[in-house]
Formats: sequence, C-alpha cells, structure tokens
Amino acid sequence: MTGPDSEVALIEARNVSRILPGIVPTTLVHDVSLTIRDNEFVAITGASGSGKSSLLYLFGLLDLPTAGEVLIRGRATSRMTEAERAHLRLSEFGFVFQFHFLLPEFTILENVTLPMRALGALSDTGMKRRGRDLLESFGLAEHLHKRPDQLSGGQRQRVAVARALANEPPVVFADEPTGSLDSKASEQVFLVLQDLVAKHGKTVVAVTHDLSLAARMQRRIELLDGAVISDTAAVERV
Amino acid sequence: MNLTLDIAWTHVRARVRQTGFAVAGVATGVGFSIMMASLMQGSQDDFTTRLVNTIAHITISDERRAPPPQPAETFYQSAEIHGLTPEARRPGIKNPLATMAALEAWLPGAIGPSVRVPSIVRYANQDVAVTVVGIDPRREETISDLPQQLRGGATLTDLFRATNAILIGDGLKAKIGARIGSNITVQTSEGARISAQVVGFFHSGVRSIDERTAYVLIKTGQILSKQTGLINEMRLRLRDPMVAREVAARIERDTSYKSISWQESNEDLLNTFLIRNIIMYTVVGAILLVASFGTYNIISTITHEKARDIAIMKSLGLSEATVRGIFVVEALIIGAAGGLLGFVLGYLLCIALGSIEVKSPFLDSNHLPLAYSWLHYFLAGIVALGSSVAAGYAPARKAAGVHPVDIIRGAT
Repeated sequence: MTGPDSEVALIEARNVSRILPGIVPTTLVHDVSLTIRDNEFVAITGASGSGKSSLLYLFGLLDLPTAGEVLIRGRATSRMTEAERAHLRLSEFGFVFQFHFLLPEFTILENVTLPMRALGALSDTGMKRRGRDLLESFGLAEHLHKRPDQLSGGQRQRVAVARALANEPPVVFADEPTGSLDSKASEQVFLVLQDLVAKHGKTVVAVTHDLSLAARMQRRIELLDGAVISDTAAVERV
Repeated sequence: MNLTLDIAWTHVRARVRQTGFAVAGVATGVGFSIMMASLMQGSQDDFTTRLVNTIAHITISDERRAPPPQPAETFYQSAEIHGLTPEARRPGIKNPLATMAALEAWLPGAIGPSVRVPSIVRYANQDVAVTVVGIDPRREETISDLPQQLRGGATLTDLFRATNAILIGDGLKAKIGARIGSNITVQTSEGARISAQVVGFFHSGVRSIDERTAYVLIKTGQILSKQTGLINEMRLRLRDPMVAREVAARIERDTSYKSISWQESNEDLLNTFLIRNIIMYTVVGAILLVASFGTYNIISTITHEKARDIAIMKSLGLSEATVRGIFVVEALIIGAAGGLLGFVLGYLLCIALGSIEVKSPFLDSNHLPLAYSWLHYFLAGIVALGSSVAAGYAPARKAAGVHPVDIIRGAT
C-alpha cells in the first residue's frame, strides 16, 4: 500500500450506490463520489435513515456497493477476496461503534490485544506492552484486568477506541461513537478522537447526528436519502 | 495460547452447565460404547477360544472333496459313458503312518491319528447316538485339551485300565446316568457291539460335544468299525490357530484328502459373529450420533448467543476461517473432554459389569466375559471426536458466514 504522504486519496468513492434487494428495493446510498485524505477529521451527518452508517460501512469494507467502486489508496476493493478485505480491516482500519461491542468474557487488556493477536505482528510481550500503553493513554491503567461489565459506559467506549488503535491503523471509522453516552462521557470520547487526528496524524471518519460535535470537526459531509447534499471540503475547494 | 483456542476455551468455560451437559452426553455415549464393545468382544473371544481349544484346528478325513474320475473317463475322454458304478474304495486313510510322517516334516504343530465311528450308546434302557473317537492317548495330549477337560482326577492313560475303556462327556453322563465303572453297550450300524467300561468324564464346555462324544483307544475304535488298522481321521493342533485355513488347503493339495480347518467347519458361526459385529458397531454409532446432537445443540446455542461477538470479530478483521475455527475447536473441546471422561466411565462400567455374578448354563465362568482392548477406546474416541466436529461444523459455518453489518445494525 502506498504511504500516507502519497498524493493518492486514502479513501475514494466513485459513484457508489448500495441498494438492498427485495420486493421493493431500498436505496441506502445513492451515487456517492468523494475522497477522504490523510489526517482528516470527517463528520458524516444527516437525519435518521439518510445512509450515514451505510456509507461508513462501505468505506470500512464491512459492506460492498451494489454499484460504483470504493478505492483504498487507489486500489479497487470490489475484486478483493473476503480474506483480503478482512486483512485490510485488521491492519489498516480501526472501528468504533455506538455500542462498545467488547467481548464480555475477556478482560479489557485482552480485548485490546485481540486485533494484535489476530494480526500476529508482535510478540506476546510486545502485544501486552502496547495494549497496556494504549489503555494507560486513555486513563484506564488501573482497569487492565477488569471485565467490560465492571466499567462505566464512557470507559468502555474508550476501551473500544483503544482496541480500534491496536494495530496502529491510519484510519479510524466511528459510527455514532458518543450516541449511547452522557454529555460528559461524549466529550471525553470526542477529545480522544480529536487527539488521534491532531496529535497522532490519524484520519477519523465519524458518523454523528450531533450537529454541535460535527461542527467541531474539520469536514462535514451531509447526506439526505443516501445522497451527499453538502460537503464542506467541496465548499472550501470552491 | 493460540487466539482461536483461547476464544473457544473462554466460550466453553463461560457456559459450565451447558458445556457440562454436552460433555456428559458424549461421555455417556463413549462410556457405554466401550462397555458394549468390551462385552461383545469378550463373549466372542471367550466362545472362539473355547471352540478352538475344544475341537481340532484341522481335521483330515478319509473323504475327498470331489469323487475321483472313473478310469473309463480317463482313458476314453471323447466317449460318453453311461451307467458306471463308482469304484468301491476301502474306507480309511491310506498309509497313515507315512502320511503323518510326511506332514510332520513341515507342519507348524502336532498331528494325531484317530478312528471316528458313529455309534449308539445303550445304558439303562436309553439309546443315545454318539460319535466314538478312537485315540492314541500319548499323541492326544499334543493335539487337544482333552487331558485338561477330564474331571474327577481321570487321565487319558485310564483308557489302558480296562479292556474296552471309554471316556464320556459329562452331558452324556447326565443323560444316561452312568458312573465310573459302569458298563455301557456301544453298538454300530455295521453290527459291531462291545461292552465298554466308563473310566472317566470330560467337560469341554460345548454342549454338542459333551453330550454326543466318547473317547476310546484306537484299537477299540477299529474293533467297532470292524476294520483292523483303520485310521479314518487325523487331527491337528497348530501353534497359531489363525493359520489353520492356509495349512488345511496345503494338506489337501498334498494328500488329496478332505482337510477342514476349524474356521471352515464353523463358517456359519463366524458369519454370525460378523453380523453381530455389524449390529454392535451400528448401535455404538447410533449412541454416539445421539450424543453428538448435544454437541450440535451447545455449539448452535453459543453461535446464536455470540452473533454480536462474531460480527465484531469479523468487523475487526478476523477471517471467516478463524471464526469458523473457533466454533469447530469448541466442538473439539467438548468431544475431547467427553471422550476422556467416557474412557474413564467405560472402564468403570466394564469393571462393574465384570464384577456382577451371573449364573448361566451357557457360561463356565460366574462372570461375564469382557475384553479390554485399546482399540475399543481408540475407536470410540475417534467417533466421538469426529461426530462432535461434524456436529459443530454446521453451526460454525453458519456463524462464519454472518454478515457483520446485519448484526451491528440490529444491535444499534
């Protein structure tokens, strides 16, 4: 894969559509074309059912478009095998969802090291050290060996962010990451995501219905009925 | 620990009760399979051993498989001949001593001559059809277990004690009510009739032999058959009874006399064992199949409960093969744990079964015959593991095929 300094866009959507088959087909995403570059902090906003999460899943290769193409660093993903897409998700992407989705039987350290173990790039000691460092950086040093149900909602979501960063991916996808949190916890998680972009050079693409949070992000893409109706990056370019 | 194994072990460990039931199901299946196989094999071995020890491994008789060609057929091959009467042959094996010497040169065992005479034993107004076998007591020791089967301190040399001494089976003894010293009448269809003195009883464990066989000296047998010097049967005991079929075939080729191995004379019985084994393995397979339903159930439940975890693991980038592997390994853990527990259960069941006292007219021993073989454990273990993996594979495959977006959308 080409390095982050390359001119090639990190993610590019070319006329991407996603239609759910059925007696009456449902259009989730309609003819979206846009690019996301390195070190951007992007908010995808829109009303409920506007296709925000669907577009995020297409970018994150969790779903496949029914038309168009998603390119990652210029590489078309439609012809990749499921195993190749899985490997890309493991090594290049981090995911944070509205619910933490931590594995309940494992400690938070084990949850964070899970993607590292799946990738197998580090030794056991290296994985544990990195997991510990990550959790410490999110203020969870004293909870390493607790299980998810022993933590608060905000703490669990921070563990989920730490897990998303386990393999040092260049891009983190967040689907309503503050949706299930109170305002204080929401602010904490938002600041964590903001730091990822500002201090660690990551790209964060976050779906949110919270317009005040979206307003604090670099770029806002607004969807209506699956189509992009505004993109602040395009406005700036104009 | 390997990631797949770690997740699988954690899932299984987190459901102690459900997993326990699945493991118990497999263990019960394995345990009872081992016990059943042990009992079936044990009874079969016991019977075969008794049979092999009781009868001759190979019996050479003075008969031929096919009648010899007529001299007229040999000389006038193109002519069609009607109304020929088969050449009358003198019964008995020709040159028995020379034949025995020739066979002893290569035989992997011992050989003994005998005279077999179908007779009727008459005593206390009872007539019983028996086979009287004339034997050489010195050679008999090397070709049969008769000396060990004698009861009440009798020995084969007792046959020399009286003029017409006879050893009868305890079944025949019970039937006619004879005792040691009783004089019984033995009569043949040829009209020979002697008065024989009972000098001992034997018990072979095979009812047909114990009720219908009697032993006398060869010369007494020859008197009964009214043929001096007659030897109409040779009996062989091999060092390895299992090669009897091949040795019998060679003897028949060399001597042209009908030579029957113990396997051939008990073909029907051995076929019955085959059918019995097929039935046994079918029942054992069915038991383990039923046990595997428990494994299927637990793996299905876990995959159903863990749908969200599966979705998140797949979204994190774990491949379908890894996710599938997790649940197959879970099934393997259940199968392996059930198998090991089943080995212990099977062994204990065998010990318990072996300790039960059984009084049966078909058994000499008071305990059930059981065979302890690693093969029973190995087969039950392999089938348990295989059926567990097969039972776990379907739900594992289904779980691996989960589309993460469907689950994540449902959860949010």
